[in-house]
Amino acid sequence: MIQRRPDWLAGYGLLSPAIIIMAVMMVTPLLAMVALSFWTQQGFELDRSFTLANYFALVEPSSEPTYWMGIPFPLTYPVPAILLIKSLAMSLAITLAVIALAYPMAYFLAFHVRGQKALWLVLLTIPFWTSYLLRVFAWKIMLGFNGAINSGLKSLGILTEPLSFLLYNPLAVMITLIHAWVAFAVLPIFVSLDKIDRSYLEAATDLGDSRLRRFLQVTLPLSAPGTIGAALLVFIPTVGDYVTPTLVGGPSGTMIGNLIQELFLKQNNAPLGAAVSITMMVTIAAIVTLFLWLIGFRRLRSRAR
Amino acid sequence: MRSSSRPFYIYAVLFMLFLYGPILLAPLFSVNDSIFATFPLKGFTLRHYAEMANNTGLLKALRNSLIVASASSIIATAVSVPAAIALTRYKLRGSGLIMTAMSAPLVVPSIIFGVALLIIILRFLDLELTLWTIGASHVFISIPFAMTVLMSRLEGFDKSLEEASRDLGEGAWMTFLRVTLPLAMSGIVSSLLLCFVTSFDEFVLAFFLSGTETTLPVYLFGQLRFPNKLPGMLALGTTILMFSTLIVILAEILRRRGVQSNSPGEV
Repeated sequence: MIQRRPDWLAGYGLLSPAIIIMAVMMVTPLLAMVALSFWTQQGFELDRSFTLANYFALVEPSSEPTYWMGIPFPLTYPVPAILLIKSLAMSLAITLAVIALAYPMAYFLAFHVRGQKALWLVLLTIPFWTSYLLRVFAWKIMLGFNGAINSGLKSLGILTEPLSFLLYNPLAVMITLIHAWVAFAVLPIFVSLDKIDRSYLEAATDLGDSRLRRFLQVTLPLSAPGTIGAALLVFIPTVGDYVTPTLVGGPSGTMIGNLIQELFLKQNNAPLGAAVSITMMVTIAAIVTLFLWLIGFRRLRSRAR
Repeated sequence: MRSSSRPFYIYAVLFMLFLYGPILLAPLFSVNDSIFATFPLKGFTLRHYAEMANNTGLLKALRNSLIVASASSIIATAVSVPAAIALTRYKLRGSGLIMTAMSAPLVVPSIIFGVALLIIILRFLDLELTLWTIGASHVFISIPFAMTVLMSRLEGFDKSLEEASRDLGEGAWMTFLRVTLPLAMSGIVSSLLLCFVTSFDEFVLAFFLSGTETTLPVYLFGQLRFPNKLPGMLALGTTILMFSTLIVILAEILRRRGVQSNSPGEV
């Protein structure tokens, strides 16, 4: 091929519109949010002198601790800290449940389906593309006091009184989010299982490994990158989920996303909301980095290649 | 089927029931002749669907959604085609980093981008919230989807076709127009459709960035507070659901047909 001009110049030229959009839409708003978190709201006016007050408000100690689930929070304004810990714990539980449910499905697709893989994959992807709002709202219809489960069981004669504990609690939020993410998590796990060289599995069997041992020693480690990828793809967005706790959480099911929304749109304290958002992001990033470092993600990924 | 497959097969069927069961409640109750979404079902009715046609608020939100989704899917695809060509045809320094940065909207909670964009629009630029602000945010979240679809299409066909065109004396631009573009067309249409659905169904960003004009999901969310509007909203939800599903299936058929093909004729 004849080189008319440096390849890299043309390459970056072609990339530039997309990069400019990403920079304008992602980097500048995040920088603006960081700046705002160092300012203060005075009524309707914004005081633009630099202050750490918003961050200090999140950790300001108090001599009288507030208790949540038996854990003392010795803070003057404990709501953000409690909601952050609660959201992280709920997301962790959601992630574990999603992986536990998605892994066998991905395994089935990779090793037990021959002809109709494409059909199964399409069936798994359709719900992901269709309205998230609607999928969440479906659970409100399912779990409500006069919802599908209660009225269904009542009309079958199994219940005489509706169960009131189904909706408006953290468990309802978790079930809904598990349902919303489980199909999405199948895909990366499936990809890493599908890539496994079948001769490794035959070798393990030939050398006398039992099926369980073969799974634990060969299949599971080789599918780890996809599984970990899936876990992160579920964990990170669910911490900040706002729609689900709003619709099915009730007062006891609120998460950190609700607080952020409230600070911005209802309490008119955007600087504090920005500080909460940044604290949430930094915490998630720190947890993910620590997790990947602990399990030696680079090593796992290079081994699976 | 091998006997070891049976437990997995049963699991897979249960999995699909769990996945689709709750979603299918909306269509079920939308044709139920009652204002409550409860069992036992009453009679069959299409009344709630017929009433949608007279709901001006709904029709306005629908029009807004169609405008925002069309514009944002065209812009997102238009900037992603050259970007996908660059990442698949050139060896570029930092392309891994660029790919990672571009997929950020898939991972970072949308509420973060929602509030961050709200801050810059209202506090720094002093702009009004309009359909433009929603559309701009939708371009941004659609780009990773467009890139994924387009890159897999561009990697799927034989690069020697482009080289042949160049060797036969066509310039880069004509090679793009007469070889790359026709071959990538199935990917481009599929990208347009998926970006359209992404925008059409998007709620969180639209919720934060709506001014007086709003999109269909935000309208739907607002109406969910009123219990007597439930059947109408279920009908609306079902319509959105069926419409999105159709588009996704169409996009998927195009994409699958295109991925491993060297012929533009199959589009």
